[in-house]
Formats: sequence, C-alpha cells, structure tokens
Amino acid sequence: MRETTTAQSEPANTATILRPRFGWLSDAWLARIFLTPTMVLLLLIAIFPLIWSLYLSFTTYSVIKDADSGPVWVGLANYAKLLADPNIWGRFTITGAFVVPAVAIELVLGFGLALLLNRNFAGRGLLLTAMLTPMMLCPVVVALFWRFMFRADTGVLNWFIRDLFHWSEKGVFWLTDVKIAMWSIIMVDVWMWTPFMMLITLAGLQAVPKYLYEAAEVDRASTWFKFRQITLPIIAPLILVGLIFRLIDSYRLFDTVYALTGGGPARATQVLSVYIYQVAFRDFNTGLGSALGYIMLIVIIALANLLIRLLNGLKADHE
Amino acid sequence: MSKVEIPPIASRTPRRTAAELFKEGLFWLAILIAFMVMMFPLYWMLVTSFKERSEVTLLPPTFVPFVDFKPTGINYLAVFTRVSELGNTVGGNNQATLSEFPEHLFNSFVIAGGSTILSVILGTLAAYAFSRFRIAGEGDLLFFILSTRMLPPIVVLIPIFLMFTWANLREGYLGITLLYITTGLPFVVWMMKGFFDEIPREYEEAAMTDGYSRLEAIWKIVLPEALPAMLATAVFVLITSWNEFVFVQLLNPSRGTTVPPFLLAIVGYGQIEWGRMAATSVVFLLPVVIFTFLVRNHLLRGVTFGAVRR
Repeated sequence: MRETTTAQSEPANTATILRPRFGWLSDAWLARIFLTPTMVLLLLIAIFPLIWSLYLSFTTYSVIKDADSGPVWVGLANYAKLLADPNIWGRFTITGAFVVPAVAIELVLGFGLALLLNRNFAGRGLLLTAMLTPMMLCPVVVALFWRFMFRADTGVLNWFIRDLFHWSEKGVFWLTDVKIAMWSIIMVDVWMWTPFMMLITLAGLQAVPKYLYEAAEVDRASTWFKFRQITLPIIAPLILVGLIFRLIDSYRLFDTVYALTGGGPARATQVLSVYIYQVAFRDFNTGLGSALGYIMLIVIIALANLLIRLLNGLKADHE
Repeated sequence: MSKVEIPPIASRTPRRTAAELFKEGLFWLAILIAFMVMMFPLYWMLVTSFKERSEVTLLPPTFVPFVDFKPTGINYLAVFTRVSELGNTVGGNNQATLSEFPEHLFNSFVIAGGSTILSVILGTLAAYAFSRFRIAGEGDLLFFILSTRMLPPIVVLIPIFLMFTWANLREGYLGITLLYITTGLPFVVWMMKGFFDEIPREYEEAAMTDGYSRLEAIWKIVLPEALPAMLATAVFVLITSWNEFVFVQLLNPSRGTTVPPFLLAIVGYGQIEWGRMAATSVVFLLPVVIFTFLVRNHLLRGVTFGAVRR
C-alpha cells in the first residue's frame, strides 16, 4: 500500500503523465483568493453601511436639506429623544401586535397541517409542493392581489361573508377599518408562511425513529404519552429554529405591510420598519431614522440571542 | 368478524371497519379543505387573469371558466403587446404605464440573473475555502457572514442610499446588482459549505496524489459533484432577488426598476384593469412556481439557510 503511494507521487513519474497546472498556488493562497471577493463585498455593502448608520445616528442630518453642509454631531440627542417619545413605544406595540399573533397562528396551523400530512398517500409530494408555493412568491405582488380580494364592495372575500354566508350585512372593511387592518395583514402573512412552519414540523416528525413508537406500543403507552415523551422532545429544536426564522422575519417585515396598507389606516398598522421608512425617506430625518434603526437592531439581536440560547439548551437536554 | 382465511395479497389492504373508513374520510376532507383554502388566492388570480374587464368585478363572482364565464386570452396578449381591451393606450394613465411591463420584466431578468450567477460563483469559492482549508477564526467569520442575514434591511437602507447616491450607482444595473450579489452571498456560503462538507475530501485528495493540482482537482472532481447543489442554491438566490422590493424601490429610479415596485406604482393610480393586473402577476410569478417545483426536495434546507438538512 505504502509502496504504491510513493510510486505515484514520485515527481519524475507523474511529470511524464500529468503536469499539474497552477501547482504553484499553495492552499493558503487559494484560500485567500477564494475568500477575498466575498469578504470585500460583505465589508463594503453590509458592514460599512452599518457603521455609517451608527455614525449618522449620532447626528442631525437630512438627505434633502443638509446635502451640502453634511451631518452635525449631536451625541446621544437622537436616542434621548426617541427613548422619551411614547410614539416609539407605540410602534413597538404595533409591531408586537403583528408579530406575536402571526407567528403563533402560523405555528399552530403549521403544526396541525404537518400532523395531518405525516403519512403516505398517493400524490403527497405534489400536494406538498403546491401548498409550499406561497412562501416563495413575491410579497409585494401577493399583497397587491390580496388588496384586490380585500376590496370592500366587489372583493371576493366580502362576497363570501356578505352574500354567501350572510355573516355580516355590510361586509368587512379589511384594510380601512382601524380594528381590522392589522388582522388582514396577519391573515396574508399567515397564508404565506404557514407552509414554512408546516414544512419544518413535518421534517421533525419524519426524523422520529419508528422503533421508539414501536417500543412504546409494546408498553401500551397512551397517544398523549407518546406525543409528549417521544415526538415533542425530538421536534422541539426544529420548531424553535422555525420560530427564530419567523420571529426575525416578521419583526423586520416591510414589503407586505407597505403594499397592503402603507401603515394606515390612521397609523394602525405602522410597524417599526414602515415607521423608519417614513422617518428617513418621507420626513427625511436621516439621523433620527438611523438611531431608530439601531434601536430596532439591538432589540432583534437581544431577542435572537435569547432564542438561540434556548435552542442550545433544548439540544443539550436532548443529548 | 368471522374467521376467514385472508390470502396474503389482500392482507396488505386489510378490510376496514366503519370507524376506520369514517376516520379516513375525515382525513381526506381535512386535506381537501386545507388545500382549497390555501390554494384559493392563487386560483382566484389565475381565474381573474382570464376574465374580461366587465367580468372581473361582477357580483356574484364567477368561479369556473367555461361554466360560469367564457375565458379570454386578451389580458395575456396585453401583457406583451400594447394592446388594451379598452382599445388604445390613450384611455387612462395606468394603461400607458402597465404597457411598460416588458421593459421591467427585462430589468428583473438582467438584475436577478446577473446577481445570481455572480453570487453563486463567489459564494461557492468562499464556501469551498471554509469547508476545506484551515482558516484563522473560521467560526467567527462564518457567524459574521450569517449575522448579515439578520439585519433588518431598513437599517442599512439609509447608508446604502447615501453611498449609492455618492458613488452614482443608483442609475443602471450595476449598483442594484452588486447589492443583490451581497445579499445572496451569506446564503450561498452557508448552503454550499454544508454541501461541500458532505462531499468526502478523500475525492480530491486522491486526485491530488495522482498528480492534479488543487485547482485542477476542484475543477475536475469537486465541481461536477457540487453542481446540482449549486443549481439548487442558485434557484433560491434568484427567487430572492426576483422578489426583492425595498432596496430597488428606493435606489433605482423608475426606468431601471424591476417588476415589484413597478406593479405597486401602477396599483397606486386607482382605476386598475384587475384582469390585466392578474395576468401580469401570473407572468411574473410563474417562473418562481416552476423553480419551486424543481427544487422541491431542497426547500427545507433552502428556506432555513442550510440550518436544517434532510
């Protein structure tokens, strides 16, 4: 064995068969060459703006008014102003009023669907793929089409409610009623992202080894016991991964809200992202907008850390 | 039940009791309802796209083509030509603008396509380096790359807007393509690193003992092996760029913009030909539906950033 390797790697021998091209490139150099473009782009277009944004958050600056004079350093004034402003906490509440119900409903419905689909039947693959398409579609186009279905007079949803089932005489003002608009947005988000929770739960359910159930069967364990003691511990980490993704994504959601209501009616659906957009690009308070962005960022980092720690705890428990 | 000898073949489909049949029926009913509810918006979009203008807002709505109403292809004809059901393009503001769709579709193709190709190439190289070479602080670097995915886009939007204005990158394809390459990179690196880790490194080590250089081994051994994974990854990057809205809306002026901001602007005008709007949406969404079908086995991995493998 050893002899064959030495014979093959002998320079005189290999040179006659093959002359390796680029042989002079050492692995260390290759690593540098391979990594540089990615790192440069990320530093330039992801990290540098973030640092600039941090700097801007300590200044007063307006892209329109101060284009010539440049930012003026004001220290922590922006943060002080924002933290003292009850409006900001209002936006956090609005964002929470979107994120929590949306993710909770997606979790429950996704879980239910996964339990339903966790068996073999003809056409299952096709059915699954069809059900998964909503999450891949363009949020803006999806939102626009929902707007068509949400129309108060001729929208198809109101026709169901008003004329077919007679649940309400006037129909529902999906996007213009202050109390309902947020639920309409939640509905669109649930439609788009329940498939994601379904997919991730399904993957968890299929990862449970069959022999565990068989062993429990022998012991005549109840269905609830099997679910609680076998299924749940195995799928819990996966579901938590799904939750982390959904929480982060719905926390920073912009497209759907912007295209559905633009933050209205009467700011009832003005989630943080939409509010920052308003501050920075409608009112052109660039400095204030940056500070707000940073507050948003710090909150999400804290939240993500908490969840990841929970996840690692779960994994440790399991092992 | 009386004892009857059951032949072996029939035992695979044992006779069911009434309770089991009922449960079976309930299962299919539940599936049917879930499927109908979830698919209804897409079905409604498709149906609307085949309706004439007068049919679209009709009450009660018509649901089944050929039975309830006569489908028409005029909306699809209008998507790619400047033909309007109203006769000409003078009819209203939005007529003239919706007819610009092909230009924006072309922009979407160029921007999403270009950024996908470059993002996958660059990201794959980096992923290979992370998978095979010893890199100082590898874990930290990878986490740093991942963390850019968590950023709310709105936070970097302001400085990127300033940067691009300053560097004159807001016109044309270059700026937005660079941006999409960068947003795609973390995803490609994480996905491809996962895939490379699954390819035994013995493959290229064997090739290198046979006299290949590292680069040749990558080109001839690893790349063919990784190509399906690269294609699946590319599809996800393509879909992300294809669907992106916030950045392109803000950075690119009206002419160079992709489809999503363009469609939103059209609907803002008020009087919309919804049939035509639906046909346009179908044309825009169809590639994504096809791609979703093609990568269906990688969906879970794709949407979780490679965190969950099956």
